[in-house]
Parts: sequence; C-alpha cells; structure tokens
Amino acid sequence: MYVIVVGAGKVGGNLARELIAKGQEVTLIESSRPRYLALEEEFEHALQYGDATELWVLERAGIQRADLVIAVTGDDEDNMLVCQVAKEKYLCERIIARVNNPRNYDHFKLLGIQPAVSATDLILRLIEHEVPRYGLVHLLALDEERLEIIELEVSTDAPAVGERVADLNLPEGSLVISVLRGGSGFVPKADTVIEAGDEVLLVLDPGLEPAITKFFAPEAARAGA
Amino acid sequence: MFVLIVGAGRVGSAVAKSALAAGHEVSVLDEDQLSHERLDAGQARSWEESDGMFTLGTALETDALIQAGIERADVFIASTDGDNTNVIIAQIAQRRFGVGKVLVRVMDPARAAWYAEQGLQTISPTRHAIEMFETALAADAA
Repeated sequence: MYVIVVGAGKVGGNLARELIAKGQEVTLIESSRPRYLALEEEFEHALQYGDATELWVLERAGIQRADLVIAVTGDDEDNMLVCQVAKEKYLCERIIARVNNPRNYDHFKLLGIQPAVSATDLILRLIEHEVPRYGLVHLLALDEERLEIIELEVSTDAPAVGERVADLNLPEGSLVISVLRGGSGFVPKADTVIEAGDEVLLVLDPGLEPAITKFFAPEAARAGA
Repeated sequence: MFVLIVGAGRVGSAVAKSALAAGHEVSVLDEDQLSHERLDAGQARSWEESDGMFTLGTALETDALIQAGIERADVFIASTDGDNTNVIIAQIAQRRFGVGKVLVRVMDPARAAWYAEQGLQTISPTRHAIEMFETALAADAA
C-alpha cells in the first residue's frame, strides 16, 4: 500500500514512522523548512519538502498512485483541501483527515471528507472513560459505517443485574463485546452474568442508545432524556 | 443586493467600499480589528455611518457567518489571505447556505483552475499578473 501523509508534526511523524515499520510505502510531506531539516536524516527519501496544498507538490509525491492520503497538519482548511483534491481530482480511494477544532467537524462532513478524526474529541472520550461513575461514554461513532461503540457502567438498579447475557433480550443490532470487572476486561459468553458495577462495552446501530441504556443504567437513561 | 465579503485586506476592503458606493448592502467579516479601520481610512464618513456592516470573527465559524448575514446574502466574496480558507468557505457558502453568487480569490493559478472546473467562480490575481507580463513581453518583442 502506498500512503501519503501530509504534515510531519508529532501526529504525522509518528504515524509515518509506524506505517514504515509495518512495511508500508510512505511519503511524508512537510511545509516548514526547519521541521523538514530536523526529520530529513531519519526519513531520508520518504520525506519531501513542500506545501501539499499545491497540486504539483502532491503530484511530485505521486498522488496519482496513492492508495491512502492522510492529512494531519495543524490547519483544518489545509487538511480539508488536501483531502478534497486527493479524493475528487486524483480519485484517491481512501482519505483520512485530522480535525483540529471539533467545531469544524461539520465542514469536513459537508465536503464529504470522511473519516475525519478529531484528537480533541478522542481525548475527551478517553478522559470520560477514565472518570468513574460517568454513566454513558461514546467510545467510537462511525457515521458513514453506521456503527457505534459505547461504554456503560451497570448501576445497582439496572434490569441487567444478575442476568445472563443470553437472557438480556437486547434490541436487534446490539451486542455486548466486552465486560470490565475488577480492573480487567474479558469478552463475555452467553452465560456470563452481568453484575452491578461492571463496565460493559457494546457495539450497536446508531439510534439504539436510549433503548440500550435502560438495560444497564436506567438513571443515565433518565438523565439523558 | 446584499454582498458579504469575508476578508477585508487591500482587495476585500476596496471591493467593499465600491460595492457600498454602488448602492449595495455590504457586510464585512474579518478576524482582524484593523480591517475595520481600513474600511474607514480615507473616507469622509465611517463605515457604519455609511450603512456598512462589520463583524469581527473567523470565516470558518458558522456563528460568525450567520451574524454577518450569510443567510440573506445574494453575493459571497471570499477574499482572505489564505487560498485554502477561501475555497473552503466558498463551498460552505454555496452548499450549506445556498448563496447564489460566490466569488473566490485564489492566488495559486493551479488551484484556481481546478476549483473553477468544480463550479466555483475563482479569481486568480497571480494568473492575471502572469498574463500581463506575458502580454508586455510579447509587445516588446514584436
């Protein structure tokens, strides 16, 4: 797979390093001369100097044969433009954009730039995940794929307490994929009994969340309503 | 007509003033307070006294665009100093707010040409400069 990574900051640099370690062919493009010079020795020919929002810079990097373009600069307009051009002009099949300001997420969506990943959002989710007694946490939401992963803390008054997973009768389109209990997680089986205080991870179709929450955290369901 | 101009540097502010003088309703959005002063510079009356509107804010903020009146704009002019900002906000004006006429300044002729093919009305000062140089050169050579 040939991957072009735009922006060699902390995100882009580390990403390129990992992709190269996994044996992928990578070109990293950086527009700041000092940053380029600092990384040149490590990345050698895999690093190119230039502004990737200039079409000739993308063409020099071989965008015509790129399987994946990832734009992770610190500028949302630049990331949108690189991805839009990659997708619509060079017909690159897969693009991934970084959203710096979560408030710009709608703009990425409007221009058809998906997936758009917001580090700020992810950090918020991770913090929510670490804060106990938070009730419901959205771990992942893939709008395009119509897929959600949520985490719920099972409250003492929840209908699910004392029930086997197989007997829960969860709505169609939802599945318990992991149970965190006493500090460690495991994949539940049909006969796993849900206990109060468990943290359960579910994968579900978007929209099912209120119905699911009632089973595990009726209070969070009411608070959210 | 209601004209919304985003980015009032040399070009944007001059276009704003002439549009106002031509009798249009003109609203300017810029992230720099200095741009407001630029609109007043050399004028007998201040921008607001002449019925111009000014909103301080960045172009990607939907709230700022709405405050500046994008929902009732007949013409949208993207003339910030960033090509990428201009083509992105122009598309937002077109697709999200359905503004009828959208004009975009794009310095880079290559980007200007491609986005023009995609249906944006782009204006590339660089393209014009190149053509003027070429014409002047050809005239001398003749």
